[in-house]
Amino acid sequence: MQVPLSWLKKYVPITLPPRELAHRLTMAGVEVTAVHEQGTQWERDKVLVGHVLKVEPHPNADRLRLPTVDLGKGEQVTVVCGAPNVAAGQKIIFAKEGARLFNTHSSRVEPLRPANIRGVRSVGMVCSALELDLGQDQEGIVVLPDDAPIGAPAADYLGDIIFEIETTPNRPDCLCVLGIAHEVAALTGQKVTEPDLSYPEDGDPIVKHVAIEIADPDLCHRYTASLITGVKVGPSPKWLQDALAKSGQRPINNVVDVTNYVMLEYNQPLHAFDFDKVKERHIIVRQARPGEELVTLDGATRKLSPPMLVIADAHDAVGLAGVMGGANTEVSGYTTAILLESANFEPINTRRTSAALKLSTGAAYRFERAIRAELAPLALRRATQLILQVAGGKAAKGIVDLQPRRNPPPVVRLTRCRVKQVLGADLSMSKVQSVLVSLGFTPTKAEGHGDDLVLEAPFWRSDIAIEDDLVEEIARIIGYDEMPTTSLSGHIPHHVPQPMWDLKQKARDLLAAAGMHEAISYSLTSHETLERAEVFGNDIQPLAIANPMSAQFQYLRPNLRGSMFETLAANWRTSPRDGLRLFEIGRAYLPRQAGHKATLPDERETLIAAFAGRRFPLSWLAKEQAGQDMSFFDAKGVLESLLSGLGVETRYEPAEDSALLTGRAARILCGDQAVGAVGEVHPRILERFDLTGAPVAIFEIDLAKLLEAAARTEKRYSTAGRFPESARDIALVVSADVSSESIEAVIKRHKMVRRITPFDVFVGSSVAAGKRSIAYQIVFQSPKDTLTAEQVSRALEDILRQLQRELGAEMRV
Amino acid sequence: MTTKDATSNLRELQAQAMSELGALRDLSHLEEWRVSYLGRKGKLTQTLRSLGEIPPEQRREAGMAGNEAKQALEIAYGLRLKELEEAALAAKLQQERLDITLPGWPVLSGSLHPTTSIVREVCAAFATMGFQVVEGPEVELDGYNFEKLNIPKDHPARDMWNTLWVDHTDANGGRPMLLRTHTSPMQARIMEKTKPPVRVVVPGKCYRYEATDATHEWHFTQVEGLAVDKGITLADLKGTLYEFARILFGQDRKVRFRCDYFPFVEPGAEMSMDCFLCEGKGCRVCKHTGWIEILGAGMVHPKVLEGVGYDSNTYTGFAFGMGMERMAMLKHGIEDIRLFYANDLRFLKQF
Repeated sequence: MQVPLSWLKKYVPITLPPRELAHRLTMAGVEVTAVHEQGTQWERDKVLVGHVLKVEPHPNADRLRLPTVDLGKGEQVTVVCGAPNVAAGQKIIFAKEGARLFNTHSSRVEPLRPANIRGVRSVGMVCSALELDLGQDQEGIVVLPDDAPIGAPAADYLGDIIFEIETTPNRPDCLCVLGIAHEVAALTGQKVTEPDLSYPEDGDPIVKHVAIEIADPDLCHRYTASLITGVKVGPSPKWLQDALAKSGQRPINNVVDVTNYVMLEYNQPLHAFDFDKVKERHIIVRQARPGEELVTLDGATRKLSPPMLVIADAHDAVGLAGVMGGANTEVSGYTTAILLESANFEPINTRRTSAALKLSTGAAYRFERAIRAELAPLALRRATQLILQVAGGKAAKGIVDLQPRRNPPPVVRLTRCRVKQVLGADLSMSKVQSVLVSLGFTPTKAEGHGDDLVLEAPFWRSDIAIEDDLVEEIARIIGYDEMPTTSLSGHIPHHVPQPMWDLKQKARDLLAAAGMHEAISYSLTSHETLERAEVFGNDIQPLAIANPMSAQFQYLRPNLRGSMFETLAANWRTSPRDGLRLFEIGRAYLPRQAGHKATLPDERETLIAAFAGRRFPLSWLAKEQAGQDMSFFDAKGVLESLLSGLGVETRYEPAEDSALLTGRAARILCGDQAVGAVGEVHPRILERFDLTGAPVAIFEIDLAKLLEAAARTEKRYSTAGRFPESARDIALVVSADVSSESIEAVIKRHKMVRRITPFDVFVGSSVAAGKRSIAYQIVFQSPKDTLTAEQVSRALEDILRQLQRELGAEMRV
Repeated sequence: MTTKDATSNLRELQAQAMSELGALRDLSHLEEWRVSYLGRKGKLTQTLRSLGEIPPEQRREAGMAGNEAKQALEIAYGLRLKELEEAALAAKLQQERLDITLPGWPVLSGSLHPTTSIVREVCAAFATMGFQVVEGPEVELDGYNFEKLNIPKDHPARDMWNTLWVDHTDANGGRPMLLRTHTSPMQARIMEKTKPPVRVVVPGKCYRYEATDATHEWHFTQVEGLAVDKGITLADLKGTLYEFARILFGQDRKVRFRCDYFPFVEPGAEMSMDCFLCEGKGCRVCKHTGWIEILGAGMVHPKVLEGVGYDSNTYTGFAFGMGMERMAMLKHGIEDIRLFYANDLRFLKQF
């Protein structure tokens, strides 16, 4: 909300420079997000109040005219003006040559230069709001009230300082100028002077004219009303228009302007009915009838339903309680009798009504923040007084004040001990009391013992309920920075292991060390992406968002494939020549079926890694490898390095996965537990992501399953052996369906074998069809002595015999 | 032949050999020289052999001269050999010298996402003060995300968190599941499972229904902190978070606290830190205020404590929450939050 300094000054003396005051308010929890200086930039000798003496037509242009402006002290100037609303007799703002104003042609603040407009020389100009930085209006000139002093600097006449204030939901009292005044008073040691609320009550008693009834006391806590007859509806005086304009409200007419002014002053929304249109002079506050309609002041027809609350006359709804008035009783130029409403409506129902009708108004905003019912009669009297002042008329004697249920004001006990327990500061209770009294709290005599305080909250505060609320009041007014600062003492809780967190951190480090780049992608994805990645179907029905921001972010991803393919594709487009090595560790969300019961999904920690494009970065050293693309074994290499770094023993077996290419896909096994998959992605899927031109290999690990496996396998040390190793190479020819794993298993059974490494795999003309050749280097070592050449040869012969018997392997010659 | 003749021959031969040796320029000529003087059929060898013709009684003197000459030539040969070898190596190296400005064999080095790195840094800073890492669910119940945090249904404070709701309706037609809008629901989850003392940090993804721009993202990462015990005060909150700012942003950092509102704390606070870029003088990053807002905090609201079964007269605590992307943006000078989850390698590789 916007608070003009000139308005604030009416209630509290301002003792600090504006920016310092803004800072103090901000530190105390009333955040001033900006301090606008309006008009202070206008040169006092160049931007003046002028009086339009006469307006003559431009000799060469129909749409331009030549006003002659009196600037006082006998100075008169005739300029060219394009505004349609310029007229003789107006008070306007005139800028002389050299005044620094917003130039609407260049969109810059520039000194005003003389100009020749269609053959007429023009020095100076009559200003619009846009040129003065007073608003966006550039169609017409700014017209001042008739009593504006000719020749006065505009900065003196119109200038002000506006505080832009952002309030938190707990402080509706700071949505009004008086509320801010109370804050300023407490922070600067000043006192607030509240407006005088008296006015002459010259009419008949109000009860003779109107009957008011609250049919739903749960939804309307208080209803007050006054009646003014013989008003003359018209434009408001300048002070009222100015105050509203500077607060960001558009002036409408004197009656409506007063209701808006008092809302901004007291925080109490008010509504003025054209009393002659209220049928049978009867007001009833009731729930809407099913299907009832009301045309609200904004011209929209609203379909209502219970428990929305309406203000009705004997027949129809005439207003949507706490939200907006009805068009049928709107104050117009013909209105002479005003029924003024100042009521208090139940917050939740108001909020629901406003939300259901998508109609947010200043009134609803305040009622849903639970403003106090005590405000209603005060604001009513204030508004009645001001209407009499600006629109004339006669007020009926007395007011209507219906309050079916009284909520006593909040009273809270405060102990010195609690202040210390929360703030860590031992403040004297006299200091505490003086702070709270400065905020409007009233100490009561009620059963206090020791130096306890029992305080009643001021009538404008809705946020005080418990002792700690008072503790905050004390801290924020004295200043948080004035409170002591200490280090935590006391017990540090026992360590609770977080194995999943540790596993994720370790996996990230290992993958980054293996040359992989970490990505983090959105947890929500689109139907389209899920379909393209073939994640839909089978038994997965992903969780959907009820109110998605767009179709792009509609489903909680049930695995990380779609995200990864999109990431690959985006990078493939920007850097097609680079090899892409990416991984992500994130959650997949799998719904657990439980009917209506709210069962949170299984959030599965998942690792996905992907490899595409060049295996080696372009290098003058790696000419031979230059064209190679990554594939299955690039993924498997990093996977093996990761798992070995994590201390997990794994095996691989061929797998069928419709997203992966048959024969190029494997299941990752820890013991008998499958923890993930590795393979090359099917081109059918890649094409849908525009990933063409190179294979894409991925691996995926379910980290929860891996964690179970990893927990079982701690790394164990084994001695390096004292005696020398000796290595032999053998080349075998085996049937093509014999796996390397099975060959290695046979070889490893020999007790002298320390390690085996396959170093050549060959299929071709020199090998019989259906066969392939694999060469291994076998390293032998004995724990007892140095092996002789004969011992090694014998061992090798044993192994070969075994391989032949079990796997039909032959030595390649 | 006389001794005198022989000696003089030897001297001549030695002089000639030395002079030839000095003129040699490469190793192949040196080898020719060695063969021609010191080889089995070489001139010196021949000459020495011819000393046999001298009468034995005179032979001793000539023999000595011969040995001296041989020794001298062998030493000179050795020296020259070394010289020429060094020269040859130098020439070879000169010939084969590397352009050491060319890049080396490429080594693949990966990278961690900047969010990962900042979360680690933040958690590590709090670990020094005894805070342990705990994680929690991202899909939450309304009860934990709001109600147990003193944010009842239809409360206007709910406007502070625009919520993405899971499409699931309960028997009453309500929507009980949502994407957590902050990491704070873990406050209640942790306290329900643990007795005080509690000292934890909770990193994790959060979600809000929000239009994105350079400083707002609907998908972001927070770190929540919670400390509850007997005797924990606002003073401890200030001291802990001050220390955190110093660990993360430098020893000279200053912080300030102002009153702010979150329904689940009372009193509530916001912490700012003096701008580490301009040292508080005012710059674009701190919007010319000299201060940067970095986190929200406060003393845990008694209703929150009572809601999980803690006695709020005995136990007090503080909680705080901060956005990791904002923290990383400050540290690395990243100007657009949308870069974080676009996963462009040109961005990712810089961290």
